Amino acid sequence: MLDNEEFMLDTYPRELTQNPLKKIWMPCRNGHIAQRRVCMTNCPTLIVTVGLPARGKTYISKKLTRYLNWIGVPTKEFNVGQYRRECLKIYKSFEFFRPDNEEGLKIRRQCATSALNDVRQYLSVEGGQVAVFDATNTTRERRGTIVKFAEQNGFKVFFVESVCEDPEVIAQNIVQVKLGSPDYIHCNSEEAIEDFMKRIKCYESSYQPLDEVLDRDLSYIKIMDVGRRYLVNRVVDHIQSRIVYYLMNIHITPRSIYLCRHGESDLNIKGRIGGDSGLSARGKEFAKHLRKFIQEQNIKDLKVWTSQMKRTIQTAECLGAPYEQWKSLNEIDAGVCEEMMYEEIQEHYPLEFALRDQDKYRYRYPKGESYEDLVQRLEPVIMELERQENILVICHQAVMRCLLAYFLDKTADELPYLNCPLHTVLKLTPVAYGCKVESVYLGVDSVNTHRDRPERM
Amino acid sequence: MSTVQENLTQTPLLKIWVPWMGCNVNRRRGSSVPQFCNSPTLIVMVGLPARGKTYISKKLTRYLNWIGVPTKMFNVGQYRREAVKIYKNFECSRKSLKGESHLTLDVLTSVFLIQVFDATNTTKERRAVIISFAKEKGYKVFFIESICDNPEIIAENIKQVKFGSPDYVDRDIDEAMEDFIQRIECYRANYIPIDDEKDRKLSYIKIFDVGSTYLVNRVQDHIQSRIVYYLMNIHVTPRSIYLSRHGESELNLLGRIGGDSGLSPRGLKYANALAAFIRSQKITDLKVWTSHMKRTIQTAEAVGVQYEQWKALNEIDAGVCEELTYEEIQENFPEEFALRDQDKYRYRYPKGESYEDLVHRLEPVIMELERQENVLVVCHQAVMRCLLAYFLDKPADELPYLRCPLHTVLKLTPIAYGCKVESFFLNIEAVNTHRERPVVSFHICHNRHLALPTISLWYINYV
Repeated sequence: MLDNEEFMLDTYPRELTQNPLKKIWMPCRNGHIAQRRVCMTNCPTLIVTVGLPARGKTYISKKLTRYLNWIGVPTKEFNVGQYRRECLKIYKSFEFFRPDNEEGLKIRRQCATSALNDVRQYLSVEGGQVAVFDATNTTRERRGTIVKFAEQNGFKVFFVESVCEDPEVIAQNIVQVKLGSPDYIHCNSEEAIEDFMKRIKCYESSYQPLDEVLDRDLSYIKIMDVGRRYLVNRVVDHIQSRIVYYLMNIHITPRSIYLCRHGESDLNIKGRIGGDSGLSARGKEFAKHLRKFIQEQNIKDLKVWTSQMKRTIQTAECLGAPYEQWKSLNEIDAGVCEEMMYEEIQEHYPLEFALRDQDKYRYRYPKGESYEDLVQRLEPVIMELERQENILVICHQAVMRCLLAYFLDKTADELPYLNCPLHTVLKLTPVAYGCKVESVYLGVDSVNTHRDRPERM
Repeated sequence: MSTVQENLTQTPLLKIWVPWMGCNVNRRRGSSVPQFCNSPTLIVMVGLPARGKTYISKKLTRYLNWIGVPTKMFNVGQYRREAVKIYKNFECSRKSLKGESHLTLDVLTSVFLIQVFDATNTTKERRAVIISFAKEKGYKVFFIESICDNPEIIAENIKQVKFGSPDYVDRDIDEAMEDFIQRIECYRANYIPIDDEKDRKLSYIKIFDVGSTYLVNRVQDHIQSRIVYYLMNIHVTPRSIYLSRHGESELNLLGRIGGDSGLSPRGLKYANALAAFIRSQKITDLKVWTSHMKRTIQTAEAVGVQYEQWKALNEIDAGVCEELTYEEIQENFPEEFALRDQDKYRYRYPKGESYEDLVHRLEPVIMELERQENVLVVCHQAVMRCLLAYFLDKPADELPYLRCPLHTVLKLTPIAYGCKVESFFLNIEAVNTHRERPVVSFHICHNRHLALPTISLWYINYV
């Protein structure tokens, strides 16, 4: 919320001061700087998944949560299955889910209620902006309860339904994420699959999909056949529009994303930050090794992206394949500190140097950028990365940290300290609910540009 | 295997690094923004008359051209009018329904990456003709169908855009309305909407009831995804967008570009005048947006309403030329100065930005402006030119020379297929920061008196 609600009572125009960390101009009253949070929604949003088991609801919930947190919208997911596991302790069989199992129904209702209470806590008390309520929610009655809950608490509701009848997709789903579930820890694969199919059957008879007519006043997106088709109804605000756009761009086709920095540059060797220098001799050596590595990986239809800075382009040139230049992939702009060494920065701008260590994510260089700014500028890159398949991104230290934080779900606090050394390729392969990372050091020496988080004084 | 490319050179205008020696493997398109379109795409509108097809076609075409995707729209109604000359009554359109099949497909060429084919295209047979034409040429096809049965919306539609149409220029309004409704019935008899089962292999979006519901099928690529996102964010609710620059700044007074200075005394006066103007407009639920630069925020502060700061609205980054006067730039960077006059849209300041970069960074602002209703945007000269070019459909060539003087508010109100512009000068004097398109030739000019005639009189006097 904008904290300057007392606005109308003040005399204006008010004095402005520039917040020293973020370099944001703010009204200054009695020396106190009003803190403004850029807010995309006015009231919190409750996203509710809908669908039979093994339709990708948890996959979507986790991915969406990760994306929203990365772009700066505090989001948390609440998986009702998890609550059930905590309540039940031991899962015996699909019988628990039978529609005539009174005891089972009671427990499941309690779990849903418990989860909703935690949702209320998160959105109304803890300052969360979006909560993702991940459960089957297959009956109109259950959804009605949730809508009422949201109305009582002043939350907007947005449903995400996943509909899929392709038996291959469902089978693949079960193999990828159900076999490893705590529910089936004591079963072999065949037993687990058989039980899970029966579990799905328990839901099928009472499943009431979102209906174009009966549910026309609800806000929702219906995802059909893993994204071949979408039905979008009543998007009411910016955040819902962004969520729909995101959901329409993700896919589950297996692929890998390769991230690496440019080869060592002349300015790297001098210990200077930023600038637009070319590769050093070792940097050129790395480029050759990179080409060999890529060839050995035997990747189908690899796309290559670089920034518009000389060092990434020189690296890509060595690959002998077409590449696309993105200005958005340029390194963080260090403003007045461009091409300086850290020692020089400390000497000439000791206050700036200290502020940066205080909050490296939000700190903006004078006339430059912050990591927070970087994330905003990289969002279209992430969106396009989601659409693509096999891709190699040759970028820079701060940029790579931001991209990595998105894929590995790292917090804003950790992001600026992620380790992204020169001459090392990270191969990211989406698997189950997350991302497998393989780190390959290509055997060419370089300087170390990493600065660890400083000890608190 | 290709040899290692050791040498790169930076193109002087765009400041893009490209290989020194041309190599067949690397076909550098030398663009400052990624190119997403490989094969041309045909966008085909579908729907009964008065369903907003032309409105959507024009708006979409304007948006795509603004973001740098060469797009052209072909409206069959226009071609029909030329073919039939005088429109007598709806009987004519029954005949032309058959005649349509030979029209217009021939005008489609691959010069444009996207071509929007605006017609009813209401029969399966008609659409099949288009699909096979596209297949033959290697074009992708994306259908946009608009479905609406709300009689109020349709009537409003007819009033807003049909009565101005050349078809009805000499007609009485009631008679025209009646005739038009008959025309619609003519099409309805043969109308076969896109079928979700039979047409499931096609790529399309169905828009129901002016955007309350959308059905999206088989989006094939990036540009189709962007088109869908855009269509899902636009609306037709009446509203106005107010564009203004910050009040005159200290650096403006010194004739210096860029920087982050505060308002001059006259600039502060403007801020107060702006506040009074806004109050007099009696706008419901006005949102106010500023950049992160002091001068726009100071201006917004005076308005006395909550405002939101967007870094994306910051003025164009002049890189090494920040806070210089044009004379100083001409003296210290004569080649740069000449290059900028050569292609002001694509020219990128060393370590800075170009107008083309600005458009790229403003795209999310435009998207959000489309979602919003009444908004006042307090921004900067180059930024305002970009936004204005979007609303008024100005090409890249004209954009950098659009007039956006200080202390003047532009009120944009969407109407029919375009935008009404009202300009309000709030009567507070300010320096003139506008430079006309130069008529001198493109040599690097070391004689400042020849290179500087386009700078407004004030600066020359200052020198």
